[in-house]
Order: sequence, then C-alpha cells, then structure tokens
Amino acid sequence: MSIDEGMEIFRVEAQELLEQIEQGLLDLAGNPGDKEMVATIFRALHTLKGSGAMFGFDDLAGFTHHCETAFDRVRKGEVPATRELVAAVLNAMDHMRALAEKRPVAAGEGDRLLAALERVVGEAGTNTALHPVPTPTEAAAQGLATWHIRFTLGADVLVNGTRPLPMLDELRALGECPRGACRISAVTTAIPPLDALTPTECYLGWDVELTTDQPRAAIEEVFMFVIDDMTLDITAAHPAEAEPGVPEVTKADHPVAPAPAAGAEAAAATDARAWRPDSQVRVPAARIDELMDRVGELVIAQSRLKQIAIASTDMNLRSVAEDIEHLASELRDSMMSVRMVPVVQLFGRFRRLILDLARDTGKEIELITEGEATELDKTVIERLADPLIHLIRNAADHGLEMPEERRAAGKPAKGRILLSARQAGAEVVISVKDDGRGVNRARVRTKAEESGLIMPATVLSDQDLLQLIFQPGFSTAATVTSLSGRGVGMDVVKRGIEGLRGSLELSSPPGEGSQVSLRIPLTLAIVDGLLVRVGKARYVIPVSAVEECLELTPEQDLRSTGRSLLTIRDHLVPFIRLRDLFKTGTQPDRYQKIIVISTGTDRVGLVVDQILGDYQTVIKPLSPFHSGVGSFSGATILGDGNVALILDVGALTTSAAQHDQTPLRAAS
Amino acid sequence: MQAQSVTQTKARADTINAGAEVLTFEVSAETFALEALLVREVLDNCPETFVPGAPPFVDSVINFRGRIIPLADLRLAFGLPPTENTLDSRIIVIEFALNGDATLIGLRADKVFEVTTIPDASTEAAPRLGTRWRPDFIRCLAKRKGEVIVLPNLARIFAVCGQAAAGQAEHLHPVA
Repeated sequence: MSIDEGMEIFRVEAQELLEQIEQGLLDLAGNPGDKEMVATIFRALHTLKGSGAMFGFDDLAGFTHHCETAFDRVRKGEVPATRELVAAVLNAMDHMRALAEKRPVAAGEGDRLLAALERVVGEAGTNTALHPVPTPTEAAAQGLATWHIRFTLGADVLVNGTRPLPMLDELRALGECPRGACRISAVTTAIPPLDALTPTECYLGWDVELTTDQPRAAIEEVFMFVIDDMTLDITAAHPAEAEPGVPEVTKADHPVAPAPAAGAEAAAATDARAWRPDSQVRVPAARIDELMDRVGELVIAQSRLKQIAIASTDMNLRSVAEDIEHLASELRDSMMSVRMVPVVQLFGRFRRLILDLARDTGKEIELITEGEATELDKTVIERLADPLIHLIRNAADHGLEMPEERRAAGKPAKGRILLSARQAGAEVVISVKDDGRGVNRARVRTKAEESGLIMPATVLSDQDLLQLIFQPGFSTAATVTSLSGRGVGMDVVKRGIEGLRGSLELSSPPGEGSQVSLRIPLTLAIVDGLLVRVGKARYVIPVSAVEECLELTPEQDLRSTGRSLLTIRDHLVPFIRLRDLFKTGTQPDRYQKIIVISTGTDRVGLVVDQILGDYQTVIKPLSPFHSGVGSFSGATILGDGNVALILDVGALTTSAAQHDQTPLRAAS
Repeated sequence: MQAQSVTQTKARADTINAGAEVLTFEVSAETFALEALLVREVLDNCPETFVPGAPPFVDSVINFRGRIIPLADLRLAFGLPPTENTLDSRIIVIEFALNGDATLIGLRADKVFEVTTIPDASTEAAPRLGTRWRPDFIRCLAKRKGEVIVLPNLARIFAVCGQAAAGQAEHLHPVA
C-alpha cells in the first residue's frame, strides 16, 4: 500500500470518526449523563489523534490531543459534560475537520478554541489546567535548562508505525537555540544475540542530554503519541549552565530540516492534488449490488443482440453490436473493481485478536501479514472474517506451543502466525501458517476413533487422516479451552469457505507447524462456468472445480451400473449420473461425458449428456424456497433469457463421499 | 359447489379489508383472488426452469427481468387437477414478505380476470366441513355473482408447502 493510499484511507477514516464524534456530542448534549457515549467519543478522539500522527497530520493530532485530554477528564468523572463543554468541543471539532482536510485555517484559531475549551472545563470542574499549548512568548520567557532524558520504546512500536528517528530529530530541534545543545546516545544493552533478534522489533533505548530554552512540556510533547507504550524518564540537570560541546550526532550527518517546514512541504504536495472530501463516496452496498444486477442484465441483453447481429447481414448492426459488446464488458470490469477492497481491511482486525489470544493462552504470539494489498470482493471479505478467526484461534490454541516447550524444541519462544494473501488467476489464496507443533496424527486418530468417525485400525493415508479434522464434531484439543475446542471448528470453516465457492487445504509436516490455505474466487458475483446439458435442461458447473472432462463410453456405462466407480489413472473416482439425480426421465445421449470435479481432496465425476462450452456468468441467488435444495448454489440467466442452475460442487462431492464411506464403514 | 356447505359463521379478523381491491384469477376452474397491492406484474408465459429436488409446490424458477424468482403452483396446495398451459395462462408476480424479506414469487394462473373490490358483506370464514382443502390455507371465501372466490392464506401455504425440501436430501446420493 502506498503512502498516498494510506492518506486516502486516513481521510476517509477521519471523516467517519468526526461524524461519530459529532453524533456522539449531539447525543451527549441531550443526555449529559451517558457514560457510554462519553467513552465512545473519547475513543474516537483517541483514534483520530493516533491515525493523524501516523499519517503526518501533526497539527490535527496535536490539536486533537488537547480535546482528548479534556474529554478524558469527563470520562474519569472529574468534570461533568455540560452543554457549554459539548458546544466547545463541537466548535473544536469543526477545526479538526478543517485540519483533516488540510483546508487553510486562520492563525491562532486553534489556540483560541483550546482556550475556550479550557475555560469551559475549568468552569465545569476543578480547575486543573489542560496541557497548555506552548506558545512562542511563553517559551521565550523560560531560561536555558539542561534535561536528562532516557527513554525506551515498546518492542512493537515499529510494527505499529512509530518511527524513533523523527522523535530524535524533534529533540534535537529543541536544542537549536542560542547556547542550546543536544547529545544523543543509544542504549544498546537490550539487543539480543543475532539468532534471537526479530528484525521488526525495537530493542534500542536512548539517552539524551538536552539543553534548551523550551519548557519540560515541550519535551513531553515529543513523546505524545507513544507515551502509553514506553518508559520515559526526564530529569532536570544543572539548570542554565550548559556545556557548549559539539553534539555527538552532528548536524552534517543528519541535516535536520525544521519539522514545520517539512510538514508544510508535504501539505503543499497534497494540496496540489486538490483533495476534497467528496472525491470519495461511500455508497450502501445494496446500491452497488443493484447496479451490478443491471450490468449483468446488460451483458445478457448484449449477448442476445450479438446473436441477432451474427445472423444478420447488416454491417451497421454488426458494428454497433460489437461496440456494445466492448462497452458492456468494460462496464462490467469497472463494476467489479468498485466492489474490490484490499484484504488489509480484513487482516487489520486480527491484530487485536492476536493480543487477546496471547493474553488468554499465555503464549507469545507474533502475527505477520503479507500481501495486504491483494484485492477481493467486499462481500467475500466480510464472509471470510469468521473462518479466518477460527483458523487463527486454532493456530494459536492448538498449533503454537508454550514458550518453554518452544525453547526446548529449539525454536524462538515467540510463536509466529503468518497470514498471507496472493492472487492466483481468478482466485485469491489466503493462508494461515503457524510454526507450532503441527497436527498430532496420533491424537487425531484417537479422537476420530473415539467419536466414531473411523473404525479402530482403519488404514488411512496421511492426507485422509488430516481431512478428518474437517469432519463435523471433531476437535483435538485435549482440554476444552475458552478459545476453541468446542468441537465447532474446522467443519464450520470448511462449510464457510465452500459457501464462498472456495476450497481449503491443510498441510502439516510434523513439528514444523501447519498451514491452511484457502482458495477463494475473486468475486461471488461472477462465475466462470462450464455449461452442460442434462436431459433437456442446462446447468453451469464452476470451472474452478473442474479437473478434467472424459467420455463415458457406452461399454463403461453398462459395466458400471452396479457400482458407480471409475478408474482414472489408478484412482477410483465415484461418479454421479446427473440424469438420474435430477430425474430427467430422458434417454442418455450416446456419448455421455464425465466431468471430474474436486474440492480439495474429494473427487467425483458428474455424468452429463453434453458439454456446451465455457460460460462466464453473473450469479443470482436462489429464493428461500430453493436455497435448501442443496445441489445448487445459485442460478444464472443465459443469453437466451432462460435460467440455468449452478451446481453446488461442495454439496455434490460431500454427498458422494458420504455415500462412498457408508459401505466402507460397514465392511470394516 | 362448495357454496352449499359453507357454514354461515361471519368472517373474523382474517377477512380481507372491506372494499380492498383484489385481482381475481382462475386455477383449475376455481376462482382465486389476491390483494391487488401484492401484485407486481402479470406475465405471459415465459420459459421455466425445473429445479430438481425442489418442493413440488415450487418446482421451477423463471427469469423475471433479470431476477430469478420461484414459480409456485396453487394447484399443489389445494390438490387441484393439473391443467395444460394455454394461450390464456399467465404468471402473477407478487411481492411477499417471506421470513421478513420481501420476495418476488410467481404464481401460475390459467386465466387472469380483473381487478375488483369485494364487499365485506360477501365474505365468509373458511369452511370447516365439506371441503377437501386444508382450512388453514384459506383466509376467507367470498361470493360474487353466484361464484365462490377463494382468498388463499399465502403465508401459511408458503410456510407449509415451501418447506418440503428438507426431505429431498436423499436424492442427492449417487445412484449406485
């Protein structure tokens, strides 16, 4: 994700937060005692401050910080939320909006608003002053003073986007005054040996000796955004007398542009792109779906037009039909891109989950994400959240070991969960990988035998054994924890993924952790299908599930009446005669075809009368009456206006597999 | 014919609002009526797609202007004899709240007559005796020009007849 995209995201987020704050304040004005609302507003202010600082909206962050401080006192009950206070914050909020949009603001406007806010807070409660804004006049009144500052940042500040260098620059800028000085040295004692070093963690601390004419508050201001997650120690050294020694880090090494100038440059650059809040539009998803429907209909109407044009000799008609074909397909592509959102929206939610999981399990867990810019249909993203939460929980709970166990196995104490996304053709592969102990085969077998999924001593291939995890009611956690182990894990995940027309694969070399890969179609709205005929009706089979197409010779057909099994390259594959399944009552074609479909490991052949060809099509949902039928995942409208049903590959393979297992169990 | 056996109890709350407009139509020689407000459109015959494994009551879908909607057959609910499609056959598309969601549903009709009003005085509750129809499938009956008009209880019919799909799962198994 580029910086620009980040800025855009922040601006949209800022709009949302400001709206949230505004609504909250308005509600609060009507009901000043609403603690919940105060907390909501406080959180929104806090988020705004944090994201603002992260994306370089320093003036916004600084200003918001003071409003947050005021609201913190309301939250703590020190100050009641009076009407005057709400009004003052509302005024301040308009200023924030201007800052977030980088609109020009009147000089001193911010200070005036803060002063007003401070006055109201002072009137409303005990009169502890807010952090005063250090104004130049105030600062000038101060004499030189030397401070010892020692600080270390939290281990994960780098991951969270904090950069220590600008902080050091800011400190150094404070020392830039007559007879000022700044000496910075790094504290390197916390750096671990190389093999234990995680490159994304911050192990450094800093010792700073600063002689400045600025007050202590100005130094604290530097650490404003990380203060919750660091140790900071500021002590006053011998006042006024500063040794005029040359700073260790010379200015030549790091030409420090004064921070405000750099900020102004950035602002100018963004202004050039003339961003206005209305250049991004938030639209209800239903409207986009409706538009997508219309585009789908257009594509269908266009293909009818094409049929007519092909049959006609009118060259004008043909050329118009071709133009419309281009336009329709471009329109559909742009519609698709409207629906696409980067998976970072999804992955971002899991940071918090990992923190909670680490706390609950007592394990050390690190989440690494890759390919966040990969795009997926918005609806798909929404429906992926739950399955992924399950998988991450499983990885944290079952996969990763306790720190001691990991050390004993020669692994770093901190377990890793890698969440990655990449596009592969018309699919996106999302995988959750952990470096834990891997799937314990023996325990899977015991559990499966206990729960009656397999008979004792059944011979199973390794892959088949792993597949048992996806059976309903299966759970390997020896102790039932609050996180997982309720026996509704992997089968729910599997069904969820299959509901998205996706598939999932589990691989787990013992001792090396396990990896679950989800293959998800880019969108739910369009399917690449194989159009087939069974009896008189036409059906669509998603191409992503098709492995191969074969011919079912009349001899094979006759021979296989007793047992519907087919040998494909030494593998037995069960097959289903769709003609029988759908009770068409028609005679089979002389040369029937078998389409072998697979979902992960289950394979099944579908016998159809004829393969009509490739067909890219818009998926329509079935009504509540038909959603329970099971063999169909949806329907589509063909070029001639007729409806064709789309086969639900997952349901068909599962039913075939179950059918296949019954005699197996009975025999053993 | 049913008219003689209709009990003369006055209709209760489940009658239609007095003077409400209804669309009358014929299914297997019986006349039915639906509130006109429910009706979205009346279609000429259009290609139907059979849905294998679906409840017989709604065994097909049609393309209604780019949307795929189920096609229900009141004959199945009332045990009426099947009829061939003729030139007069129509599909009445209604918008009906199914589990709280407004759903478009097509209803087969052999003929569509007219939009009319039914005077309150002419309606009666569903008969308890003398009919092979399930009484809960009928909201009320109305008499008009010596004819009986059936106002079906669609919510009940859809709930009962539309749920038969659960038992269809066994058809999914491959034929061994």
